[in-house]
Amino acid sequence: MPERRRNKRIYFGGAVIALLVVVAVAAPLLAPHDPLEQDLLNNFAPPFWSAHAAPGFLLGTDGLGRDILSRLIYGARVALTVALVAATLAAAVGTLLGLVAGYYGGLLDAVVSRLVDVWMSFPPVLLSVVLAAVVGAGLEAVILAIVFVDWTRFCRVVRAEVLVQREQGYVTAAVSIGLGRGRVLWAEILPNLVPTLLVLLTLEMGIAVIVEAILSFVGLSVASDAPTWGGLIQEGRLNVNQAWWLMALPMLCIIATVLGFNALGDGLRERLDPVLRR
Amino acid sequence: MPLAYLTKRLLMAVPTLLGVAVVVFVLLRVVPGDPIAMMIPPGAHEADIARLRVLYGLDQPIPVQLARWLGELAQGRFGSSISLRQPVVELVLGRLPATLELASAAMLLATLSGILLGVAAVYWLGRWPEAVVDGISGLALAIPDFLWGLLLILGFCVLLPLMPITGRLDPQLDTDFVTEFYLAESLLRGEFAVTASLLAHLLLPSVALALPLTAMIARILKSALIEAMAQDYVLMARARGYGKARIIWREAFRNALVPVVTLGGVQFTFLLGGTVLVERIFSYPGLGNLAIDAVINRDLPLIQGVVLTFALLFIALNLLIDMSYVLLNPRVRHG
Repeated sequence: MPERRRNKRIYFGGAVIALLVVVAVAAPLLAPHDPLEQDLLNNFAPPFWSAHAAPGFLLGTDGLGRDILSRLIYGARVALTVALVAATLAAAVGTLLGLVAGYYGGLLDAVVSRLVDVWMSFPPVLLSVVLAAVVGAGLEAVILAIVFVDWTRFCRVVRAEVLVQREQGYVTAAVSIGLGRGRVLWAEILPNLVPTLLVLLTLEMGIAVIVEAILSFVGLSVASDAPTWGGLIQEGRLNVNQAWWLMALPMLCIIATVLGFNALGDGLRERLDPVLRR
Repeated sequence: MPLAYLTKRLLMAVPTLLGVAVVVFVLLRVVPGDPIAMMIPPGAHEADIARLRVLYGLDQPIPVQLARWLGELAQGRFGSSISLRQPVVELVLGRLPATLELASAAMLLATLSGILLGVAAVYWLGRWPEAVVDGISGLALAIPDFLWGLLLILGFCVLLPLMPITGRLDPQLDTDFVTEFYLAESLLRGEFAVTASLLAHLLLPSVALALPLTAMIARILKSALIEAMAQDYVLMARARGYGKARIIWREAFRNALVPVVTLGGVQFTFLLGGTVLVERIFSYPGLGNLAIDAVINRDLPLIQGVVLTFALLFIALNLLIDMSYVLLNPRVRHG
C-alpha cells in the first residue's frame, strides 16, 4: 500500500470522527431547536431543498413537528457515548481474559477458549437483542449488551498474540532477571499489543455505533423520546412512504460515522500494526 | 482421516451446544419482564396467574427449571411457546424453511457475484475494472447488511417503487403449500406466477445479506488468484500459449478456492446471523423475525428454542466448511 493512501485514510477517518466529537460535545450550542420540542403545525416539513420547506427547520421535521437537524445533533451524543464506553469496556474485558488465558494457559485457558467457542456459536445480533431485552431499556443496557457480545473479538486476538510474544527473547530475559509473571504480562507483553489493540478498538467503535442503531431500531435501546440515530431510523421507517428523508438522514449519519471509524482503523492498521497487517 | 475427524468434531459440538443452552437459559431467568404478565388480560386473578406459572414450570427454582428443560431437550422436545401457545418445535420448523431459502438465495448470489468480481479484478489487473471492484467491495464491507436492507428499501421500494417492501409472497397468490419450502415447491408444481412473486420478495433481502459476503469473496479470491498466477504451473500454461481467461479459470481458479471457502465460510455464518435483522426490516416471515417477536413478548421457551436452533445451524455450517476444505485440498485429504 502506498504511503500516501495510508495517510489519506487516517486523515479522512480522523476528520469524520473529529467532526462527530465536536458536534456531540457542542450539541446544545449547535442545535437550532430543543430536540424534543414539538411544533404540530409544522409536522412532516421537508428539508431545505424542497419548495415546501418550513423556514427555521433546515432538515425538516418529523411527525410531531420536531426539528430533525437538532435530533440528529443530539443523536450524535448517544452514538459517541456508546462508541467510546462500550468499545473501551469490551476491549478491557477481552484483553484481560485474553492476556491471562494466553499467558497462564492450562485450565484457565481451556475455560476461556471454551467460552469464546460458545459465544461464537450465537449470531451476535441475536445475542445482543436477547441481552438488551434481559437488561431492559436504556443506554446502560445497550453498552452492556455490546460489551457482553463483543469482548471475544479482543480476547481471541490478544490470546493468540500473547502465545506468540511469550516465546520471544525479551520475555525470557524479563523472567530470568526475576520479574514476576504479572509484571511481565503487564509491563513487558501488554505494551507490545497496544498498536493491535488500538486498531481493534477503533473498528469496535464503528461496530458499537451500528449495534446501538440496531437495538434502537428493534425498539430495545434508549427510551423512545431521547433522539438516537437508530430510533430516528425506526420512526422514519414507519413513515417512509410520506417522508423518505426521515429515514435517509439518520442513515447517512450512521454510514458516515461507520466509514469514518473504519477508515481510521484501517489506516492505523497499515501504519502501526504488524500483527493484523498479516 | 475424514471420518475420525468428523466424529471428533461432532463430539466437540455437544459441549458447545450445552454451553449455549445453559448460557441462554440462565441469562433469560434474570429477565425483569414477567412472561405471564404479558399473556393475561389486566385484572386477572392471582390464582389464575399462579396456575399459569405452575403450568409453564416458572414457579420452580432456576436449577430445577434448567434440569427439566435439558431433560426435555435430550428427548428432542423444546417446550411450548408462552405467547403463541404452540409447541416450540412446530413454530421453529414452520419458520426455518423461509430462513433457509433466504440464506441460500443470498449465499448463491454472493458466491456468483463475488467470483465474477474477483475474476474480473484479476483479468483487468491494474486497469479501471480492478479499481471499480475494489471500490465496490470496500463499500459493501463497510456498511452492514442492516443498513443495506434499509438503503435498498429506500431506493427500490420508496424512491423507485419497483419491488415489494414486505412479506414473502403476494397475499392473493397464497396457495395451499404442503411444505414450508415455498420456492422449491412452487417450482416443482410448475406454478411459475407464485415462483416469480416469491423471487421478487426474496430479491432485496437476499441482496442486502449478500453484499458483505460478495465483497469478502471478491477480495479473497482476488488476492488468492494473484498469488496463484505467480506459480510455476501458470507460467507453464502461459508458455504453452494458453489465453489469459483460460489460465485464470482452468489453472489458477481451483487453487484459489481454498482460502475463499475457509474465509468466506466464516463470513457465511455472519450472513446467517444477519437474517435476524434483515427479516425484521423486510417483515419476512422467517426464524429471525420469530426470534425478535419472542424477545419482545418475553416468550422464554421460544427464545431458547430459536437461539438453540441458530447455534445448531452455526455449528453445522462450520462443520460443512471444514469438510469442504478437506475435499478441496488434496494435501489435507491425504495428509
